Amino acid sequence: MENGQRKRHILSMLVDNQPGVLSRVAGFFSGRGFNIDSLCVSETTDPLVSRITLVAMGDMAVLEQIKKQLNKLINVIKVMDFTEVEHVQRETALVKVRAKPEHRAEILRMADIFRSRVVDVGSEYYTVEITGDEGKVNAFLKLIKHMGIKEIARTGLVALAREKK
Amino acid sequence: MKQLTGAEILLESLREEGVDTIFGYPGAAVIDIYDRLAKSGIQHVLARHEQGAVHAADGYTRASGKVGVCLVTSGPGATNTVSGIASAYMDSIPIIVLTGQVPTELIGNDAFQEVDIVGITRPCTKHNYLVKRVEDLARVLKEAFYVARSGRPGPVLVDLPKDVIQTRTTYRPIKDVQLRSYNPTYEPNFRQLPKAVKLIREARRPMILTGGGVIRSGASEALQALARTIQAPVAATLMGLGAFPGSDPLWLGMIGMHGTYRANMSSAECDLLIAVGVRFDDRVTGKVETFAPKARIVHIDIDPTSIRKNIPVSVPIVGDCRMTLEKLNALLHTEALGDLREERKVWLNQIAEWKSAKTLRYIQDAVIKPQYVVEKLCEITGGKAIITTEVGQNQMWAAQYYQFDRPNCLITSGGLGCMGFGFPAAIGAQVACPDRLVVDIAGDGSIQMNIQEMATAVQYRLPVKILVLNNGYLGMVRQWQELFYDRCYAHTEMETAPDFVKLAEAYGAVGLRAIRPEEVEPVLRKGLSQPGLVIMDFVVEKEECVYPTVPAGAPITEMLLV
Repeated sequence: MENGQRKRHILSMLVDNQPGVLSRVAGFFSGRGFNIDSLCVSETTDPLVSRITLVAMGDMAVLEQIKKQLNKLINVIKVMDFTEVEHVQRETALVKVRAKPEHRAEILRMADIFRSRVVDVGSEYYTVEITGDEGKVNAFLKLIKHMGIKEIARTGLVALAREKK
Repeated sequence: MKQLTGAEILLESLREEGVDTIFGYPGAAVIDIYDRLAKSGIQHVLARHEQGAVHAADGYTRASGKVGVCLVTSGPGATNTVSGIASAYMDSIPIIVLTGQVPTELIGNDAFQEVDIVGITRPCTKHNYLVKRVEDLARVLKEAFYVARSGRPGPVLVDLPKDVIQTRTTYRPIKDVQLRSYNPTYEPNFRQLPKAVKLIREARRPMILTGGGVIRSGASEALQALARTIQAPVAATLMGLGAFPGSDPLWLGMIGMHGTYRANMSSAECDLLIAVGVRFDDRVTGKVETFAPKARIVHIDIDPTSIRKNIPVSVPIVGDCRMTLEKLNALLHTEALGDLREERKVWLNQIAEWKSAKTLRYIQDAVIKPQYVVEKLCEITGGKAIITTEVGQNQMWAAQYYQFDRPNCLITSGGLGCMGFGFPAAIGAQVACPDRLVVDIAGDGSIQMNIQEMATAVQYRLPVKILVLNNGYLGMVRQWQELFYDRCYAHTEMETAPDFVKLAEAYGAVGLRAIRPEEVEPVLRKGLSQPGLVIMDFVVEKEECVYPTVPAGAPITEMLLV
């Protein structure tokens, strides 16, 4: 049942905050050969519940099946697909960029334009913290790439549905 | 309040669930449980291999309708249950597997006989638990039984560290289960049923396909009522055999790779397919794009993931099969359906024509034909035995040539296709139904996979009858090699096999052999009437094939018939 084109889906799920639950969710994806593009897990205001935000590719039929299967896991309380829902999404990246003397001013300027911050300064590298939707983070990375990125750590997307107006 | 050890809480909890029998195998990690078990009044059946214990629990569940329980030790005891758990998972059979574990402070330490069985069985259990505090034990067991038997049933594993079993705590029986994340849907959505009725009214060539879900939910009567009300012929998957009587004129037979000609042709020509408690396995559909091309499909299943997984459907109905069919029947009773017998004439005549092709046939000449043995067995037992099967040709001949008129009479590893299943499952079924005739239809290959369980059957005086269709080959693979691999019989000939008659005697059972066709009936009559475990060795045609057969991945209408 392959129909429709492949699309990125942001799945947000509430799960029991217990050992092994992430493994069940991740194992479900690996067992069926689906790749997880990004994953973010943390506790909610209820210490018994965690939120997993996960980005995966698939057509509608595949995604429909994934959502049903995830719902079937005993520890999964709720699954939401934000693809068709108004939502806000953010990702934070820490980027360690080579800071040659001739690039230092440009790094600071770029950081300023992107409303990001330099959080660590060394003799060879600056570390920039940037937060935004994926497009913003990717745009920033593209612009500073030529200076040389030594390391990068991205949180993966987190998302929440917007309030219904 | 009583202070009980974990082992005592476990046994109390099992009693609360109505468990009176456990299949198992002791070991160091579970020695405390066994110590209390011996004094508990719960019957224990000692298997000879943990795989035997878990298949026996599966067979017990299917024959009794109760939840079968299996108890094994840590490490290899636990890993030996994996095939049995996977088989129960694929066939939606509720069993509880209790595994010993090393003490909690040694977990992750590569301790002696330690294995992460919760990790290993995560993808093949409905759910599993590692109990880390004795205070959680009673609740976990309550949940385990609830999860196993509710919704789409399945196996649940509970891993029990040795210190948890030894520690004392206050025991309070748990009365109900609270799982906010698990709420199976039993009631069908009321908007969906009228849609199904509409399609039924519009259909000219309806057909019903019944699967294991009908048997598990006890929906056979409701299914039969539906078929008769709307005058629709009925086919079954392997797991659905027995849900509709094989003697009924509306019966089409099994569908799929080794389905009957009329069942497969009907699926290709029907304009409405009502699929109940099936999951459209590849052995059922063949090439999915060509499955039931002219039909609108109503799919009833308790598991939403079964619906639209492989086959697009017109009306999906998530719900318990029995409840849904009863509601659908009630709704149909208020409809003026007209004279359906008259209306269906053309369709049923067409089916009668396909039926006359008589594609389930063989020629009984000088050598015993396996089909003949199964047919004779059916005749002698009046179709009333509980039949278990191994996997391969024996399984398909059992499905094709034994006429199942009632549910829960065929116990087979359908989804996983686990060789070595039939005999231990027969042991479990015999424990559940001491007064029924239980027959394992086996091949000479698969019977050897759990043949050690003969000792179990003899020890507990379980009068299981084993029928070996002995062709000296791993027959189904040999058949594929004959048909699709230029007769290159790569490693499918079992050149050495034990003398099954002598083997039976060595175990203290009775062994009989038939070599010529005229010996088949006398051996069956003698073997079936003997008390105790009997193994009947039928030396059959070496290169007989199962027909009809559909090459893997082809449309199921493209059948090889002879």
